[in-house]
Amino acid sequence: MTTRTLIQAVNDGLRSAMRADDSVLVFGEDVGPKGGVFLATEGLTEEFGEQRCFDTPLSEDGIIGTAVGMAMNGLRPVAEIQFQDFIFPAFDQIVSEAAKLRYRSGGQYSAPMVIRTPYGGGIRGGLYHSQSGEAYFCHTPGLKVVIPSTPADAKGLLLAAIADPDPVLFLEPKALYRTVKGDVPDDDQPVSLSSLRVVRQGSDVTVFCYGAMVPVASGAAEAAAEKGISVNVIDLRTLLPLDEEGVLAEARKTGRVVTVHEAPRFCGYGAEISALIAENAIEYMEAPVRRVAGFDTPFPNTLEHHYIPDQRRVLDAIEEVYNF
Amino acid sequence: MANERLQYLDPSGRARSGLPDLKPERLRELFIHMLRVRCVERRMLDLQRAGRIGFVGTAKGLEAAIIGSAAALDKNDWLWSGLREGGAALMRGLPLSEYLAQMYGNGNDTAKGRQMSNHFQHAPSHYPSWSSVIGTQIPNAVGAAYAAKLRGSTEVHAVYFGDGASSSNGFHSGLNMAGTWQVPVVFVLVDNGWAISLSSRDQTAAESYGDKGAAYGIPAQEVDGNDVVACHVAMGEALERARSGSGPSLLVLSTYRVSGHSSSDDPARYRDPAEVAAWERRDPLERMERYLLGAGLLQEGDAATLEQGLLDEIDSAIHEQEAAAPVRLKTLVEDVYSEVPRHLREQYNRFLEVAQRHGKAQPGDGAFPL
Repeated sequence: MTTRTLIQAVNDGLRSAMRADDSVLVFGEDVGPKGGVFLATEGLTEEFGEQRCFDTPLSEDGIIGTAVGMAMNGLRPVAEIQFQDFIFPAFDQIVSEAAKLRYRSGGQYSAPMVIRTPYGGGIRGGLYHSQSGEAYFCHTPGLKVVIPSTPADAKGLLLAAIADPDPVLFLEPKALYRTVKGDVPDDDQPVSLSSLRVVRQGSDVTVFCYGAMVPVASGAAEAAAEKGISVNVIDLRTLLPLDEEGVLAEARKTGRVVTVHEAPRFCGYGAEISALIAENAIEYMEAPVRRVAGFDTPFPNTLEHHYIPDQRRVLDAIEEVYNF
Repeated sequence: MANERLQYLDPSGRARSGLPDLKPERLRELFIHMLRVRCVERRMLDLQRAGRIGFVGTAKGLEAAIIGSAAALDKNDWLWSGLREGGAALMRGLPLSEYLAQMYGNGNDTAKGRQMSNHFQHAPSHYPSWSSVIGTQIPNAVGAAYAAKLRGSTEVHAVYFGDGASSSNGFHSGLNMAGTWQVPVVFVLVDNGWAISLSSRDQTAAESYGDKGAAYGIPAQEVDGNDVVACHVAMGEALERARSGSGPSLLVLSTYRVSGHSSSDDPARYRDPAEVAAWERRDPLERMERYLLGAGLLQEGDAATLEQGLLDEIDSAIHEQEAAAPVRLKTLVEDVYSEVPRHLREQYNRFLEVAQRHGKAQPGDGAFPL
């Protein structure tokens, strides 16, 4: 075990994957000698050369479009989109090509590739360096959507994503890049995709969360414990395909559920969790599902700390479903 | 400014000076492949009108551009297609049975009936299907060419698209990346005059499509796209350039889409019949036939005999596909991921229960284990 920040763990994961497999390559804007704007790719060009870790022209559509072709022709590209907010020019390539290729070709072609991109608020980045766009992508069959919240998962899930035969969108909570530290196994053991992580066992209320909301929910659970409420905190880790059975089991356990994400509420990921429970576990529920989310507005700058769900708002929702 | 438009056979089928020394058999083959495309597509339109298949986008008028250029590819090269390159796929190894199965979307279709018709693929000869989204295949081809370069492979990636696609994001990002990376790719812009109802003159203010290459540091060659020999030779040179590590190039094959955009289109609504008639007089098959007759490589009546042979072969293949098994219901949820995940198995099983209750399931449509 080594103590690492989340961004260091991402770097470790990339390095390990590139050492293990020559077909893995890393590219995107400023990821080469500079090492990326957050330094996720620091030192990779130095170790693996500029053919395997390189800067591209400023073209998200081109980055993902070429990654698809590389993946179709035997490489394992790990493309970086500098901020998730800038991914939309590549939306077409992700949704129309990468995600549908295996299906539309009857399995004759596939696009095993990873798109890494920092998402979420908390860095005073305003509308276009702060968004949480996971729901757009979770509506896309053929794609996998993964979000780590700890350094160990950042490395383990990234290794699993790179090894996966299907395209994976790997959303990194930039607010946690340097604010969380944790033990990371020294070996290169992948963490299975589509598996939940129980962050904290509890018996009264279950909170489903992911990414940067995991520490917020954990803090709220701590505060709830002081009030005598036992909270079960679940880190979903993979949003697509979701471990639906796991979600339902954790919901049934407490009969009271809160979902937390930074993204807007309407058609957000919490809606899917809520619907899943309504369809399959309504008879276990003691209270309506409560969704804590960002506002249904664009992402603000100065007031971002009020937009992003905080411990107080999550605790309020926990108490509300507990007292229902 | 782009260079002069390459032409070896003038519209009357006379060879201009400097005609390259191609083997007689090769010249005859080019003609037969073009003829085959025209015959297959004529039958596809017949089937479409009879309601047997859904959608046809023909290459009528473009046969020289598509066949002439694609015939220059090596076996290991890739052809990234758009709507109208199915005839090139047939020439390069796509079995006619698979071509037809795709048009029918039946149980023999390698894509399992998922794509609308006229979206062919053939992995063994390196021919991925296009998605229908215009221009997305361009950066895909560039990425695949990067992989080839990284491996030190000699394969070249030829990517086909129309004049409309030259306005797409993919054209810009693909050519820009290819120029920057100097990868082995040939961009084949088939300027067929019309992007559905927009004239290729109104697609850009650039004086010529070849001029667009200069912005990306990519040399361009303009070619008479109705001259199969010119298309073949120009493509051979572009491929050689890519294969030798000298980088990408842009070919502009200027031709004319004589038919509508597709079987669903009525071109009389947007273009002058006189323009169409003028281009019909420049038909690429007639031009090549006249040349071959003049050179003694074809005799009077040969073309008609060849045509009948091709149509007989096509008709018998059609009869086979008419009798093909339907697509299995399970394909609804297969190939979304490498393995069918639990939520899709559940969705399918629930669907199957309903289908079985109404007698709509077939043997082999059985439920997934959960």
